Amino acid sequence: MSKTIRLDSTEAAKFAAKIQERSGEPIDMCFQCGECSSACPVSSDMDLMPSTLVRFTQLGLKDELINAKTIWVCASCFHCVTRCPKGIDIAKVAEALRQELLRKKLDYVEVRDLSMEERQEIPQIAIISNLRKFSR
Amino acid sequence: MAKKIGAFICQCGGNISNVVDVDKVAKALDDEDIELAEIETYLCSEPSIERMKEVIEEKGLDRLVLACCTPKMHLKKFQRVLKEAGINPALVDVINVREHCSWVHENDPEGATLKATDLVRGGIKRIEKSVPLETKEIDVTPKVLVVGGGIAGIIASLRVAENGIDCYLVEKEPSIGGHMIQYPKVFPTLDCSQCILTPKLGDVWDSSIQLSTLSEIEDISGTLGNWKVKLKQKARYIDIEKCTSCGDCARYCPVKCINEFNVDLDKRSTAYIPFLQAIPPVYTIDPEHCLYFKYGICKICQKICSADAVKLDDAVKFAEINTGAIILATGYDLYDPSVLGRYLYGKHPNVLTSLQMERMLDITGPTTSRIVRPSDGKSVKKVAFVLCAGSRNNEAGANRDEGVPYCSTVCCLYAQKQAILLRKLDIDVWIHYIDIRSPGTKYEDFYHHTQELGVNFIKGKISEIMPTPNNDGRLIVRAEDMLINRMIENEVDLVVLCPPILPSEGTEELAQKLKVPLNEYKFILESHPKLDPLATKREGIFAAGMATGPKDIQTTVSEAEGAAMKAVNFVSAKKEIEPNKAYIIPEFCNGCRECIKICPEEAITIIDEKAVINDLACTGCGLCVPICSENAIDMQSYSEEQLLAQIKGTLADSKAELKILVFVEKELVYTAADIAGVSRLIYPSSVRFIPLPSNARLKLSYILYAFANGADGVMFLEAPEEEGPVPEAHKAAEKIIEEYQEVLEDDYDLDSSRLWFSRIFVPDWRKLATVFDSFHQLIVDLGPLTDEERKELMQAWSKGKKLPQVQ
Amino acid sequence: MKIPYFPGCSLKTIGEGFEKSAIASAAILDFELEELPRWVCCGTVSSLTTDDLMHHLAPIRNLIRVEDIKETQLVTLCSVCYSTLKRSNALVKNDPEKLKTMNQFMDKENEYQGSVKVLHFLELLREMGFDKIKEKVKKPLRGLTLSPYYGCLLVRPKEFGIDNPEDPTILQELTKALGADVIDNPYQLKCCGSYHTVDKPNLVADLGYKILTYARNSGADALVLSCPLCAFNLDNRQREIKRQYPDFVEIPILYFTQLMALAFDLGEEKLGFDIHYVDPVPLLKEKQLLIDSLPLIKEK
Ligand SMILES: Cc1cc2nc3c(=O)[nH]c(=O)nc-3n(C[C@H](O)[C@H](O)[C@H](O)COP(=O)(O)OP(=O)(O)OC[C@H]3O[C@@H](n4cnc5c(N)ncnc54)[C@H](O)[C@@H]3O)c2cc1C
Ligand code: SF4
Ligand code: SF4
Ligand code: SF4
Ligand code: SF4
Repeated sequence: MSKTIRLDSTEAAKFAAKIQERSGEPIDMCFQCGECSSACPVSSDMDLMPSTLVRFTQLGLKDELINAKTIWVCASCFHCVTRCPKGIDIAKVAEALRQELLRKKLDYVEVRDLSMEERQEIPQIAIISNLRKFSR
Repeated sequence: MAKKIGAFICQCGGNISNVVDVDKVAKALDDEDIELAEIETYLCSEPSIERMKEVIEEKGLDRLVLACCTPKMHLKKFQRVLKEAGINPALVDVINVREHCSWVHENDPEGATLKATDLVRGGIKRIEKSVPLETKEIDVTPKVLVVGGGIAGIIASLRVAENGIDCYLVEKEPSIGGHMIQYPKVFPTLDCSQCILTPKLGDVWDSSIQLSTLSEIEDISGTLGNWKVKLKQKARYIDIEKCTSCGDCARYCPVKCINEFNVDLDKRSTAYIPFLQAIPPVYTIDPEHCLYFKYGICKICQKICSADAVKLDDAVKFAEINTGAIILATGYDLYDPSVLGRYLYGKHPNVLTSLQMERMLDITGPTTSRIVRPSDGKSVKKVAFVLCAGSRNNEAGANRDEGVPYCSTVCCLYAQKQAILLRKLDIDVWIHYIDIRSPGTKYEDFYHHTQELGVNFIKGKISEIMPTPNNDGRLIVRAEDMLINRMIENEVDLVVLCPPILPSEGTEELAQKLKVPLNEYKFILESHPKLDPLATKREGIFAAGMATGPKDIQTTVSEAEGAAMKAVNFVSAKKEIEPNKAYIIPEFCNGCRECIKICPEEAITIIDEKAVINDLACTGCGLCVPICSENAIDMQSYSEEQLLAQIKGTLADSKAELKILVFVEKELVYTAADIAGVSRLIYPSSVRFIPLPSNARLKLSYILYAFANGADGVMFLEAPEEEGPVPEAHKAAEKIIEEYQEVLEDDYDLDSSRLWFSRIFVPDWRKLATVFDSFHQLIVDLGPLTDEERKELMQAWSKGKKLPQVQ
Repeated sequence: MKIPYFPGCSLKTIGEGFEKSAIASAAILDFELEELPRWVCCGTVSSLTTDDLMHHLAPIRNLIRVEDIKETQLVTLCSVCYSTLKRSNALVKNDPEKLKTMNQFMDKENEYQGSVKVLHFLELLREMGFDKIKEKVKKPLRGLTLSPYYGCLLVRPKEFGIDNPEDPTILQELTKALGADVIDNPYQLKCCGSYHTVDKPNLVADLGYKILTYARNSGADALVLSCPLCAFNLDNRQREIKRQYPDFVEIPILYFTQLMALAFDLGEEKLGFDIHYVDPVPLLKEKQLLIDSLPLIKEK
């Protein structure tokens, strides 16, 4: 399959518009400065950089986005938000992308995956927030 | 005395007469109270001009109406003819029957003839009411004041002085030199900054320029071309005349304080000279830290000075100077990056600003150009630069109060300059950028050269600088390499921030005193960003260098040269004041101050409870005229009497079936209509133009009067908001017409769509046809007003009118 | 003064010492922290999409309970609860339409009027003035050097934070008022890894290593913070950190309220040190801030 991205795809444009709408963020304003990635404490563990997440969203590259590890790595810590010179809240973009999957009933973490020991040790707050982020 | 009016109608070799039946027009004027109506083949030709002179003489004419091509062609020439004949040039009017009539109604000779007749009749009625107007001339004080002694101010004042004009140079610091004297080298040539600047400082000292350091503008009064400026000079506590700059005071002074010249990287004595080539070449005492001023003790400097130059009883001085023009060269200050917490500036000693790096690279700087870590004085092996450290931060960003939205323009280049100098010391350099901006051949070459020297460029802005976890003085910068989308981490010894360029501190207050508007980023606003970049919005006040925005030294110097020449020109000639101003009729004015609020030029003041308009400031925009509830404001050239007479003359006796009166802005819209004529655009002959400075000058009563006298529709064609000559009025015109539409509908039961507003850009002249076609069709559909309706409107008008009596 | 207070899930378990010490020291300052009746879990993370109102229901329910008892303020201790409650509150206050929609979901509850202000306990302290707090100190924490740690939600995003998101000072001011020394730790704002502790403990350990090592190397004796989740990640996960970084040296974690209780000399039973992973007791004894040597039972 060709790796060329077709920019005339209406599907892609629709997906971009949907994520923009759902996140409420001015995604088109990103000028790829990279501050978000630099600020992000977990970007080293991401497959797509936060900046790339935004770029791909501009282009509406749905498959790449929803298969990205990044949307599950984002910790919603809002570092990027306080730094982005264009005022884009990437935590919201990531959430909007996660929702794309979660609303289709694809959970990322399931409670039964956690061992008994883990369940005992890890505080509720962590488990609940994790589940809230990563499942329906 | 009866007015003796002559009318000439030009055939323009058929250009007019092939469409307009000029004989018929002349005939129709029989009823008018004029001395003659003559037809000429080419009114602008020598024989016709001769004929004109002859008739003026013969018939004793004292005013003329000329129906021909656009006044933009020959009005000036005709005015000269009148002047020679001893008649005031305000007493000739050109009625455009070519571009605005014959050429645009080629398909409708009959309509064109009726229209031409109406236009000429309107012109005759108008000229009856015209009065002689004089162009005033004022003397300008032949002196120039330059504010700010950076490279811009230095170059500007040298140029002014070279032209034999008296020049004052005012600098707030103890020495001139500005920021450039702080740099070791300058891009793109990498020549030694102090070597090229020091001779210029000396030139100022040796020239006739009156230099006043430690000084700022306290106050300004007077009027255009003749300002009185009050200067406030701080005490230096050292006598300029006596000081031999031996430096003993500094050597013996026991107090050390922050050295602002080295941007806080080291300390200096309280008795000091900012740098050794300073001009004036004398020392200064800084009272803020001096023991004598704090505790009344010490006085060591006074005792040690063999020249007896120290005078601790020195005081603030005030001086008043007269000047004809002012050049603002107040330069820049750097943004304080400690506001941007993420960069650890002010928290970690090894994070520096670019200006600090300039000083560190300088052989006369705090480290004599050794590059060391301020934390421990160890030598530096690796440096990272953060470009756009606060610049290009959009206001919509999450932290609205941080940084600035614009590009600071010079950082991409000076960072490379510093990188080159560091490379020459064998230091590893990493420049983190968003975009490298190096437009122009020289600068792209410079970029190329920087690459050649092995400077590393990383596209990807640093947002996180952290001390190493073991806190050994090194810093970890973390960034994404945007070209490969991978995170990189780099341990460096120093981080250099390139913060935004701001207008220098105090620019805003100075601008307020001078009533010079600023742009949205608080830099001084140019009169026109493209076509008049060296003038401010206030006549006679010019600006150069960083005062108007970030720029390099080359551009700064070009601007300084240009501003100097503009100022020299300005003070070398008498200033002509066009007779197109608004004026107050004092008997009517009740001192309500409404006009003062609206005037964008602050031209109106109150004297003895009556408004007074300053001719020097008024642009003749007309905004204040309709605002006055007492009808106390009128205008030269576009007086109420003239306009009403022209409205009536154009409409009342017209034989045309349908008449649309169009008020056109007289510069841009008028020109667009001229171009439409030249291009033979076709539009309905029902439209009749009356030119004006802006539609904001129109009162509602004129509109009523137009409808009462036969208009079936009225149109306002306004210039674009920013580009027209009087922007505030162009802006307001739209709101004014909306108000009028409402009143027409509510109070006079008139369909408000009979009043139409449109903005016309010069290149968009084709739009005129669309606008006129559709409005004409609309009026056709609505039908003409009935006589009954007109009668009612006339009654309403005469009841409401309160016409000021013009001399 | 009585103020309703929202504990949230953690303060009843891992944050036990946080709650006990907060209530006890608040009393010294004349605040009676009164547990909000019938509170429900806030949901822990705020919903970030424009079209998801469901997850704002729980926080709003809690705010309705505040209105039910005729109060206008709600104090939290946990940074996560704070942020979640505050964001939902702001959402409905700024958007009457959304408030209407959400009120329609409340079948048993009264409608939310939007009258409640959500506060973090630290904000209350700042409001009353750190000078006043200083006056109440009986046993100044002399000799103790602390590294403040803020993490994310206490200060970010800016609209919902309690202090400057890039350069906060509130914890510094408090600790200084209690007589301790503070170091400047640039890692004080770095994320602790938050809920990734569930699925990516190694990542959490990486982050913790930097924060804690910097503090240690800059002369801090302990970290002071305000969030039970941060505390878990920075305290309990020191086990994983040690596993990944053999050079790592343990460092105790303290809640700011524990410091207050210590300085107000309220007795060890209010401190809840027994459930800490890294025991702060030896340190505090060394600094002579704890004298009575109750045998503490520790289960690791
Ligand atoms: C770190 C750095 C390095 C740079 N390197 C280069 C380079 O290598 N090459 C290059 O081309 N450009 C360089 N630039 C740009 C260069 O500095 C500017 O183009 C230049 O300084 C502009 O000159 P100026 O006279 O307008 O302003 P300034 O140099 O700022 O001078 C303004 C003067 O006005 C005085 N002043 C201000 N307000 C008042 C007042 N109210 N009353 C009286 N006096 C006042 C100030 O004290 C100062 O002396 C660099 C800029 C920076 C920040
Ligand atoms: S919110 Fe997500 S993307 Fe943004 S900095 Fe935090 S983890 Fe990274
Ligand atoms: S910080 Fe903002 S503008 Fe820069 S790359 Fe990230 S999202 Fe785009
Ligand atoms: S000149 Fe370069 S570094 Fe400076 S603000 Fe513009 S793009 Fe950024
Ligand atoms: S015409 Fe315009 S500039 Fe002149 S006084 Fe009136 S409002 Fe001011």
